[in-house]
Amino acid sequence: MTENPIYGIVAEFADPGLLVAAVAAVHSRGYRKVETYTPYPIHEVEEILEPGPERRLPRLVLAGGILGTLTAWGMQYYIAAIDYPLNIGGRPLNSWPAFIVIMFELTILFASLTAFFGMLGLCGLPLPHHPLFNLRRFALCSKNRFFLCVEAADPLFEVLEVADLLAGLDPLEVSEVYED
Amino acid sequence: MIIEEQQRHAQRRPDPDVTLPVIGPSQTFSIVTEQISSVPLRRKMPLLWQITFGIGLLLVFVLLISATYLFGKGVGIFGIQIPVAWGFAITNFVWWIGIGHAGTLISAFLLLLNQSWRNSINRFAEAMTIFAVACAGMFPLLHLGRPWLFYWILPYPNTMTVQPQFRSPLVWDVFAVSTYATVSVVFWYLGMIPDLAALRDQSTSRLKYAFYGVLCWGWRGGSRHWRLHESASLLLAGLATPLVLSVHTVVSFDFTIAILPGWHSTIFPPYFVAGAIYSGFAMVLVLALPIRAVFGLHNLITERHINNCAKLMLATGLILAYAYLIEPFTAWYGGSQFEIYAFHNRAFGPYAWAFWLVIACNVAIPQLLWIPRIRISPKPLFVISLAVLYGMWLERYMIIITSLHRDYVPSAWFNFTATIWDNAILFGSIGLFITLFALFVRFLPMISMYEVRTLLPFSAPDGRSEK
Amino acid sequence: MPSIERDFIPVENLTGGDRECDERPTETSRRRFLELMGASLALAGASGCTRQPPEFILPYVEPPEHAIPGRPRYYATAVPAFGGAEGVIVETHLGRPTKVEGNPAHPASLGAASVRSQASVLDLYDPDRAREVTYLGSTRTWDDFLSAFRLRIEPLRPRNGAGFRLLTETVCSPSLGAQIQAVLTAFPEAVWHQYEPAGDHSARAGAQLAFGRPLNCYFRLDHADVILALDSDFLACGRNSTRMARDFATRRRQGNRLDMNRLYAVECTVSATGGKADHRLPVRYSEVESVARELTNALTSKGAPPSSGKNSAWIAAAAQDLLAHRGRSAIIAGEQQSPVVHALAHQMNAALGNVGKTVNYTEPLEVRPEDEIESLRALMRDMDAGGVEVLLIVGGNPVYNAPADLAFAERLRKVKTAVHAGLHFDETSQLCDWHVPASHFFEEWSDTRAFDGTVTILQPMIEPLYETRSILALLDGIRQYPPRSSYEIVRAYWAGQHKGADFEAWWRKSVCDGLVADSAMPPIEPGLTAWQPQAAADQPGGPEVVFRPDPYIHDGSWSNNNWLQELPRPITKLTWDNAVHLSPTTARNLSLKNEDLVRLRCGARSVEGAVWISQGQPDDSVTVHLGFGRTRGGRAANGAGFNAYLLRTSDAMWAGAPLAIDKTGRTYRLATTQPQQEMAGRDLILENTPEGYRRDPDFVSRTQPEPPKDESLYPTWRYAEHAWGMSIDLTACVNCNACVAACQAENNIPVVGKEEVLRHRAMHWIRIDTYYKGDPERPTLYYQPVPCMQCENAPCELVCPVQATNHSSEGLNDMVYNRCVGTRYCSNNCPYKVRRFNFFLFQDWVTESIKMQRNPDVSVRSRGVMEKCTYCVQRIREAEIRATTQDRRIREGEIQTACQQSCPTQAIVFGDINRPDSQVSRLKAEKLNYALLAELNTRPRTTYLAELRNPNPVLKGEGV
Repeated sequence: MTENPIYGIVAEFADPGLLVAAVAAVHSRGYRKVETYTPYPIHEVEEILEPGPERRLPRLVLAGGILGTLTAWGMQYYIAAIDYPLNIGGRPLNSWPAFIVIMFELTILFASLTAFFGMLGLCGLPLPHHPLFNLRRFALCSKNRFFLCVEAADPLFEVLEVADLLAGLDPLEVSEVYED
Repeated sequence: MIIEEQQRHAQRRPDPDVTLPVIGPSQTFSIVTEQISSVPLRRKMPLLWQITFGIGLLLVFVLLISATYLFGKGVGIFGIQIPVAWGFAITNFVWWIGIGHAGTLISAFLLLLNQSWRNSINRFAEAMTIFAVACAGMFPLLHLGRPWLFYWILPYPNTMTVQPQFRSPLVWDVFAVSTYATVSVVFWYLGMIPDLAALRDQSTSRLKYAFYGVLCWGWRGGSRHWRLHESASLLLAGLATPLVLSVHTVVSFDFTIAILPGWHSTIFPPYFVAGAIYSGFAMVLVLALPIRAVFGLHNLITERHINNCAKLMLATGLILAYAYLIEPFTAWYGGSQFEIYAFHNRAFGPYAWAFWLVIACNVAIPQLLWIPRIRISPKPLFVISLAVLYGMWLERYMIIITSLHRDYVPSAWFNFTATIWDNAILFGSIGLFITLFALFVRFLPMISMYEVRTLLPFSAPDGRSEK
Repeated sequence: MPSIERDFIPVENLTGGDRECDERPTETSRRRFLELMGASLALAGASGCTRQPPEFILPYVEPPEHAIPGRPRYYATAVPAFGGAEGVIVETHLGRPTKVEGNPAHPASLGAASVRSQASVLDLYDPDRAREVTYLGSTRTWDDFLSAFRLRIEPLRPRNGAGFRLLTETVCSPSLGAQIQAVLTAFPEAVWHQYEPAGDHSARAGAQLAFGRPLNCYFRLDHADVILALDSDFLACGRNSTRMARDFATRRRQGNRLDMNRLYAVECTVSATGGKADHRLPVRYSEVESVARELTNALTSKGAPPSSGKNSAWIAAAAQDLLAHRGRSAIIAGEQQSPVVHALAHQMNAALGNVGKTVNYTEPLEVRPEDEIESLRALMRDMDAGGVEVLLIVGGNPVYNAPADLAFAERLRKVKTAVHAGLHFDETSQLCDWHVPASHFFEEWSDTRAFDGTVTILQPMIEPLYETRSILALLDGIRQYPPRSSYEIVRAYWAGQHKGADFEAWWRKSVCDGLVADSAMPPIEPGLTAWQPQAAADQPGGPEVVFRPDPYIHDGSWSNNNWLQELPRPITKLTWDNAVHLSPTTARNLSLKNEDLVRLRCGARSVEGAVWISQGQPDDSVTVHLGFGRTRGGRAANGAGFNAYLLRTSDAMWAGAPLAIDKTGRTYRLATTQPQQEMAGRDLILENTPEGYRRDPDFVSRTQPEPPKDESLYPTWRYAEHAWGMSIDLTACVNCNACVAACQAENNIPVVGKEEVLRHRAMHWIRIDTYYKGDPERPTLYYQPVPCMQCENAPCELVCPVQATNHSSEGLNDMVYNRCVGTRYCSNNCPYKVRRFNFFLFQDWVTESIKMQRNPDVSVRSRGVMEKCTYCVQRIREAEIRATTQDRRIREGEIQTACQQSCPTQAIVFGDINRPDSQVSRLKAEKLNYALLAELNTRPRTTYLAELRNPNPVLKGEGV
């Protein structure tokens, strides 16, 4: 037994089906700080657990895109018509049709970067270390094991109850995870 | 047993095309994971890989030498002159950019269409895109008269207070290509994060653990991670799809915006995009077929994939053929003597050989793909793909050279002949591509593990068996 | 590296330059030493060095005390040339001659300048010039030479100088003549020989036949309605062509172009004049004489009916036309035609009563006209006889260019002491004991005569670059020690000649104006002799070879001039080589194609040359140009082309027959700047006849309609202050390429060399496109000068990614070299392909003397940047600054572009199209005005006036 505060209790399953069942059970008991760790996305689980901040991503991306459009147009108009107006082949200073291409490109660029970094940000990444990594078998979660974690942060959290509950869900193993 | 799995699979994920399996029989999470991660992690590379890599490196040296000589002497070492002021460099640029397109298309477009078969080929298709764009990116620099001043094409605050000229398609190119490169890298990397985590977890040494650990940003595979990851992927796919279509459109503007007969044509954007995807899928096959053989990935890259790629090639090839057909028609219908001459000159002038070779490689030969057996037999496919790649390079060569060498004023007409340095740079870039790709195969998971896992039957038996 | 050099030149101008001057005596040795070490910083000073001659020379416009550094100074002088000197004005910067312009006051120039005059400044700075006196190849001083030479000729004094021979080229310089006379008086038994390889031999002999004595003959074509050229290229590269082209064009534009003159050309090789002719008759060299006979018979109504030859119709029509214009016609015999043709031409002109009207005669320009071939033969005889102890060869290069049968080189060995004085250490110098370097005519005082005898006193505008002396001083040194300077000699001579008071004022004025007032020789009306041509000798069959001096490097004396070597030849556009010109039929019969290497054999002599099939060349006639195939000519000259002199014999100076042409099976690449000379059915050049124009004045606007200006969604740009524009008159252009040469000199345009021309990378900013049309045997030729069109909707600007090319407020399509990154997109998008790219470092950043020629007002481009015609923007700016300082508007005609200034026919007119009164506006308002490729809506500022030709209605179908 270590002195570190407990992070949560983890159950390891060999089968995504069992995991989904377990999640349903735990969720029905009113536990909310529950998280699953799987080798690939399992939509059934996502259907049970409430969505978090990830809903905000599309809106962020939209904003990024609009910002890109405006940046591109502003830059081109300023440079071509205000900063250093030059007669280029007798064309008007604000040749907006010619500016559309770059407006489009920057829209995509800004939006894409927002999507990538937005996703990392909302995931709370980068996070080089996490208490779960203390659990050696957790490495299998990127291969062929399915983990369910009830976090200590949950108001209803009670070590023994949770452990019993999980043990009853046909896991390969149930283990306590400690902060470090 | 297998059948049941197939059926369950089918129930779980309705798949339009089950004539050929997306993935080989009796695969399990661990087998797949082992198989894919074993390449970068443990396995000593097979001889064929080493030979390919060696050739690649050799050509890279050729590239370095030519580039050095080029910067020392000037672009005069190429065959270009007035009137043909663009030659191999721009041809190669357009060619490579085009090749890139298939990758993005597979990863983004097919994802949007929920084409699950893409999952086992999208990773290296994307890698192909990135390396192709890298190769393409060199050429605008190499062809400059004063390459050391290339950054003047970028808008940045400077003491000269002079900025780029945004009406020029070359500036559009800079933005389009750099955006394209960035988005492709982001998309590729995003998709790789879970697999990098897997590699981290599989890794045998501290060093590898740290290496992949850093690369995967501490990915844990939590449901929230997965949800964000999926929505980010979809968003990027949604953004990348119009982007990929725009890139070659913009590249085609380099020609259509000019007033040269043979360049100044509104059909170019769709025509170029189709050609790009065409050559792209050819390159996908040229890469996939050997890799599949060398690393024994028949279970992951199945006949289904090859068949689909071949079909896509055939389709885009037909679009291209239509463009070939309609171009001279519009010229004739437009009635401009210059346009008419340009196309007559293309087909019967000094560069007729190029024109007819293009027709042979891009229109005639690929018609073999109508035959189903050919679509799934590697050797013929490989040859056809090579023909298409050559044909597509030649097409760009033809468009650039024949339009330039005889334009408006006959007194300025002059023929283009390539020098050894033109060829050195072309093959050098091919070498660079080979080298980069070989390195990718060596150090990164060439197939997306987590996406393959989703293709596996919902509950795998090995879980218990390993208990 | 280059950028470093460029940075230093101005610095040196200010500092190092002056320092250099003070230590001038050691200058030469120091320069040579440093040159061995390659281009170096210290040396760059030489390029900035002010090298004013010690004597008091007179600037053309303002007195010297008003000299302002950075402001060019202009000096009047003349370029001695075959058939009469051309008066020029030399622009100098800080004492460095940089540009040669025509002298408007001079009759032979009227402001224009021939190609050779333009290029003479490059000869001055030729790095291959001889720089010191040499004895058997080792360096000596001038005093060494003078004392050694005196040792040689003193023993001859008792024998009155017998055994002393002087060999010069044709001498037209009065003071030089006087010098030679002085030498001859000092050595009465000495003999003076003259030989010029491409001289006026036939003209002198012809005059001898017609008048019994040599006479100078010149034409006033501005009074000629009908001109017949008997194998004469009087428009582009004949004698006095600058002036003749001007008169021809003036007359051609008369009466709003509706009252044009008519030009008939009979010729045996395709010349610019033939291409311009309204009727061109290609005949073999030997047939020109018979054509001349038929014409004479037809004109001098000796009853002899025109023979029923294949050309009789043509000849009859021409004769009719000539007879219809008695006193207003001119018959011009080509310098290379036989004496008989010249004599017949004299007779015809007399018969037509042209003498004194369109044809003028004066006493000869030569100090001592003589049969130079005979003179040379005599010298050879005496050499064989061992009678020649001391041979002083002044100028010329007989070892290279003497008739092959005289074997000058072998005979030269028999001479005890041979001395060669010349600009270069050439083939002749090599076989002489002594070589003494002569000064360039921009470095010394001298004088010369123009076609009508007008005298120009040549003044130097730069101190000799190397330890050279003028010929005058050299000859003076033979008689006395120390020799007088060329200044003293020339001044003394004219002091002797000058009658009336105040010689000083006269001298000042003459030197200042660049010509001696009323020094033209009085016209005379010589009586014809009873000479009649004997019956035509039966013409030898088989192919004949025709020798022509090269249009630019002439007899080879200019062959080390890079500009001239790379200047496209008028019709073929060949550079850096001469060729074996064949007619298409002849080539077909011999199954030869372009660039096939053939061996030409005349008896025992033979030479190898590359074939060039030139349309309009008569069959069985092979034209080769002289002046190429030098072995000791310098870096540019050596190895360029083949030496046609090897075929040339003293009895067949201009044409030899029979000739054998053997295929060698090998090929030799010829560098032409325009491989495609068919117009591919495009309306690039609009043409009509005066009648057609009168009947349908709007034919131009119908064939080349310009899209209306307001057909745009966007507002068009306004050019409020000035709007520069250019008009080029295709009727006037005679394809002499003077504009190209002028542009090259004015704008520091680099020479790229044969290899790069072969890759089509020549850099000329203006080119004269030449097209063939119709039957390859008798084609019609078209000339079209193409500078930058300065489009208002410039396609090049639109595609430049870095704004390196954009529009000025005056509508100029500016090119910003410093900003250019070299994408070459602008060139791709230029429908006229007038942009030129520095694919390599084409500019010579190393050779010091070449740097001295550069125009300081024009930036010297480096590698990797695009360049093109700027409408000579530096001249525009200069004028604008001048106008501003004088608080006035720029005057109409104040700005002349280099091409316009040098154009002998004034085909190019530049000006402000915002001013309705400007000449260019008036020309653009003409109905003949059209824009090239107008349908592209590029709105060129450079427009053309459609070409008008004036064919004889009688000769319809008879191939123009």
